[in-house]
Amino acid sequence: MAEKQLMYGNHAIAEGVLAAGCRFFAGYPITPQNEIPEYMSVRMKEVGGEFIQTESEIAAINMLFGAAAAGKRAMTSSSSPGISLMQEGISYIAGADIPVLVVNVVRGGPGLGNIAPAQSDYYQATRGGGHGDYFTITLAPNSAQELYEFPKLAFELAEKYRNPALILTDGLLGQMMEPVELSGQPVDPNTLPVPPYALTGCKNRERRVVRSYDLKPGKLEAWNFQRQKKYEHIIKHEQRSEATACEDADLVIVAYGTCARVCSAAVRTAREKGLKVGMLRPITVWPFPKDVLAEFSGRVRDFLVVEMNLGQMIDDVKLATDCRKNIHFHGRPGGGVPTPPEIYEKILAITGGAQ
Amino acid sequence: MKQIFGRPAGLTDVLQRYCPGCGHGIVHRIIGELLVKLDIRERTIGIAPVGCSVFADEYFNCDMIQPPHGRGPAVSTGIKRSRPDCIVFSYQGDGDLAAIGTAEIVHAASRNENITVIFINNAIFGMTGGQMAPTTLPGMKSTTSVQGRDVKKQGYPIKVCELLAGLDGPYYLERTAVNTPKSIIKTEKALRNAFTNQIEDKGFSLVEILSMCPTNWGMTPVQSKKWIEETMIKYFPLGEYRNRAKEEK
Repeated sequence: MAEKQLMYGNHAIAEGVLAAGCRFFAGYPITPQNEIPEYMSVRMKEVGGEFIQTESEIAAINMLFGAAAAGKRAMTSSSSPGISLMQEGISYIAGADIPVLVVNVVRGGPGLGNIAPAQSDYYQATRGGGHGDYFTITLAPNSAQELYEFPKLAFELAEKYRNPALILTDGLLGQMMEPVELSGQPVDPNTLPVPPYALTGCKNRERRVVRSYDLKPGKLEAWNFQRQKKYEHIIKHEQRSEATACEDADLVIVAYGTCARVCSAAVRTAREKGLKVGMLRPITVWPFPKDVLAEFSGRVRDFLVVEMNLGQMIDDVKLATDCRKNIHFHGRPGGGVPTPPEIYEKILAITGGAQ
Repeated sequence: MKQIFGRPAGLTDVLQRYCPGCGHGIVHRIIGELLVKLDIRERTIGIAPVGCSVFADEYFNCDMIQPPHGRGPAVSTGIKRSRPDCIVFSYQGDGDLAAIGTAEIVHAASRNENITVIFINNAIFGMTGGQMAPTTLPGMKSTTSVQGRDVKKQGYPIKVCELLAGLDGPYYLERTAVNTPKSIIKTEKALRNAFTNQIEDKGFSLVEILSMCPTNWGMTPVQSKKWIEETMIKYFPLGEYRNRAKEEK
């Protein structure tokens, strides 16, 4: 069995990034993700990587653009307001078909909001976020273990599809300590292949250009259609989710990340009381696990969507189920975190209580 | 017959889309020649800006990237730190570098990033049709200062070399022009310094080049060259603003 360590969620991300062979970090301080750059500033030095504290999140995402265009695994982390600033860069990176990893430790918004855990950047993360037609592969971990494991998965998906990848987490997961199994062999960055688009100098080959523009009539449209095919492929093949106690469920809760942790406790209580309640936890929020929800919609009576926002993922649940079912919502915006009893009350209200 | 003049191998064999009398072509040619003379073409990665010279990614015969407006110095930093053996240059106009990209250039200079920045100052937004630039002179007319730049409302031009010379970080800063054969030769020397500094791992080098924009200035090419000599250089004095190589001697 692999070594187990008690780790903060934010440190688990950093170690996961290093285990994925990434040796480039650029970022700007913002709560509640400061543990990541602080930790990286020490660890990158130890492993011979680059750590840059930037003048802004705008500079950070553009440094990633450069490093990744040069063929290296590159990541940044930030929190909601900082991620908003990065959207210009993410759009360009998506438009140039370059893989990078962006971690959003989401906090309450809009505006400066607060530093409490939130899921109010769901739309931004799953609808592209910046200008133009694009999507980012977005993973939503719910434990320190997943925070450690998902950076590698995110890089692999990002590189496979030449697309930016996001990890959507929050301060609760980031500041929480949990045992983490340092599973899997760490990737030696020297063994990673030089990608075919990488800018390395044109010795013994044709020169390469990385860009997101094409002014020739019809070319950009064709390029976008090509990207649409990629997105369709991702939607078909990369949906990930975890279903708990859904086999016979009359009510399925849909929740990700911190909300899924809270809801799993409420589901356990409900089951103990004999209520047929299950939970579907999206692990990829883009692509959204719509296929499994479509399958559920034929037999599940009610859905309860629980989010730490005013109701964003609920749209995807409605789309996945053709709005056929009773879809209920429980949301806590502005940094509010639901509690298991609160969710259990909601379950009772929907199901009519114990049989 | 012996060929004595031709396109340098540092430039691609395509038609450049610049207007007659524009200074970009002169600077492109100098860089294209230097890529060959310094034997760095095959390990160079260039950054094209947003603006008239966005198409520089088609014109320089080396690996190129086209990032968001003003972010060249940040993208350069990411590339250079990832591939320190590559030569990285960021080609930027006055809107790109001195307006939207002010933070990125100041901080790249302050970090003394080992990159080469070529800054074309023609005191106007060219690509978008002649709007006021951060370097538009007081009283100078543009499509967003039709009565002439009013410093009371629109502020003063930003003097980039002077601004960056206030920082400890940068290794080399020089302002030149390309309006006369003599100034072109000086620009070639300055750009050679700026690339050589990077090859020798010295750090941040920026050459600000005063350049003609006859189309948006509403002048003939000849008038434009004269205007630089008689008006623009008075506001933006030429010369070295930082040269650590000389200080080290």
